Amino acid sequence: MSPVGAVMRRELGSYFVTPVAYVFLVIFLVLAGILTFYVGDFYERGQADLQPFFVMHPWLYLILVPAITMRMWAEEAKGGTLELLLTLPLTLWQAMLGKFLAAWLFIGLALGLTFPIWITVNYLGAPDNGVILAGYLGSWLMAGNFIAIGACLSALTRSQVVAFILTALVCVLLILAGQPQVLDFFQGALPRRLINAVAHLSMLRHFEAISRGVLDLRDLLYFVLSTLGWLIAGVLLLDLKRTR
Amino acid sequence: MIETDKLTRCYGNLTAVDALSIRVEPGQVLGLLGPNGAGKSTAMRMIAGFLVPTSGSARVCGYDAMREPLKAKRALGYLPEGAPSYGEMTVREFLQFIVRIRGLRGEAGYRRMDAVVQQLQLDEVLGLGIDTLSKGLRRRVGLAQAILHDPPVLMLDEPTDGLDPNQKHAVRQLIDMMARDRTILISTHLLEEVHALCNRVVIIARGKLLADATPAELEARSRYHGAVSFSAPGSGMSQEMLGRLPQVAGVEIDPLDGRITVFPKPGARILEPVERLLREQGLEVSEIQLERGRLDEVFRQITSGDDASRGVAA
Repeated sequence: MSPVGAVMRRELGSYFVTPVAYVFLVIFLVLAGILTFYVGDFYERGQADLQPFFVMHPWLYLILVPAITMRMWAEEAKGGTLELLLTLPLTLWQAMLGKFLAAWLFIGLALGLTFPIWITVNYLGAPDNGVILAGYLGSWLMAGNFIAIGACLSALTRSQVVAFILTALVCVLLILAGQPQVLDFFQGALPRRLINAVAHLSMLRHFEAISRGVLDLRDLLYFVLSTLGWLIAGVLLLDLKRTR
Repeated sequence: MIETDKLTRCYGNLTAVDALSIRVEPGQVLGLLGPNGAGKSTAMRMIAGFLVPTSGSARVCGYDAMREPLKAKRALGYLPEGAPSYGEMTVREFLQFIVRIRGLRGEAGYRRMDAVVQQLQLDEVLGLGIDTLSKGLRRRVGLAQAILHDPPVLMLDEPTDGLDPNQKHAVRQLIDMMARDRTILISTHLLEEVHALCNRVVIIARGKLLADATPAELEARSRYHGAVSFSAPGSGMSQEMLGRLPQVAGVEIDPLDGRITVFPKPGARILEPVERLLREQGLEVSEIQLERGRLDEVFRQITSGDDASRGVAA
């Protein structure tokens, strides 16, 4: 097995050794259900689609993803296992990728377990399942982006609490970047070009486009490149730590 | 083989390792000795490729720890200070993780793991969580991790720290067994360990290499080297007579137990003359001992001499 696979397997295993994974799955599924049916007015809308479900995902990830990623590197740095891991024959990249994939697969599992909602909507009406599939894909890509941010910021500190808060902060900024309230705030201060740039950083904008079933290459690239960027930053941070 | 060339590491203004050049050959067990904070662990971390040197280089089996890190790491078995491991895993899961990441495949991997588990007597705790193990067992798990791939070079940072005497003995036996045709670097601040394990000693303090010798050579530097000590109740008069022997440089009496130590002049052998004198005086001596030299004294002398030269109170 490649080192990436070994790290990924170890990380996934460590989720399920403690109750963390199960607690996470339960909270994710319960919240996803509640938010969709009560806050999202799933029934009252009278439309056979999963828009109210997907709309809630950024906010779910905002709390739950940092909870998963905060320990990723901070715990290793604090417990001394970082020294063990980095003196084994694998590159920083392989270690980072293994950890990232473990968390991403785990969120994938959580997403997969929301299938009853999909069954429900198919039972109640005739939704466009292609759009729903796109929604799931967009949601998973967005989760990957959140995880990459968390992985990078966890490498920054030994404290899991600090990692959690920083990750949540960056994520909320990226979610809100395209909202009118935020853009209005910058309206007077920044040139139009920059405001447009800020608006394009918004995760919500790209996610909403995908979850409506519009698979634009630019939206996909946004998530892929942003994820890669954060992972690279994380690796550089870890590398920098070795010289200080 | 381990080679370091002017290996240096600074933390801000503090120079933790200062132009350290050592070379450890196969068959050697080198004890890296020094007071706490001497830079032992920092030096090892650079050799293991965990820390980047400020300047200088380290090589394991000819592979530069920075330029060819993967090859260097494959050749090296490393037990970091405190034997860190993933506490939430069981011993079996942890060792399997190491097997996988080391790329030991299939049957060979399992056989190797079985052998190491046997060697370190871990069979009974394989299914237990590492967090629940005693300190000694955890250290053994760390050692198992380090030797799992049967590396030609072994580097152990305080391998017996915190173990009880029986466990220390077991670990030393293991290292002894592995010593043949391997390169082993051990850090320690326990002087008994040097006697028990090493055929070469490097003493560092404040990151600087202060001595590089065999344990016997170091002992020879002690003022106790070649001294003769004995217990003889009520021997006040003999002290003076011993002092008059031509080969004797001085006589000391331990104020606590009254043990008499006779120091030789440089190069002189005094066991025989002292024995003869005692016989002539008709003194009852329960036992008499020829001292090899005291490493702790040499250690203090070498490491605190460094303090004095820098004008720091020892």
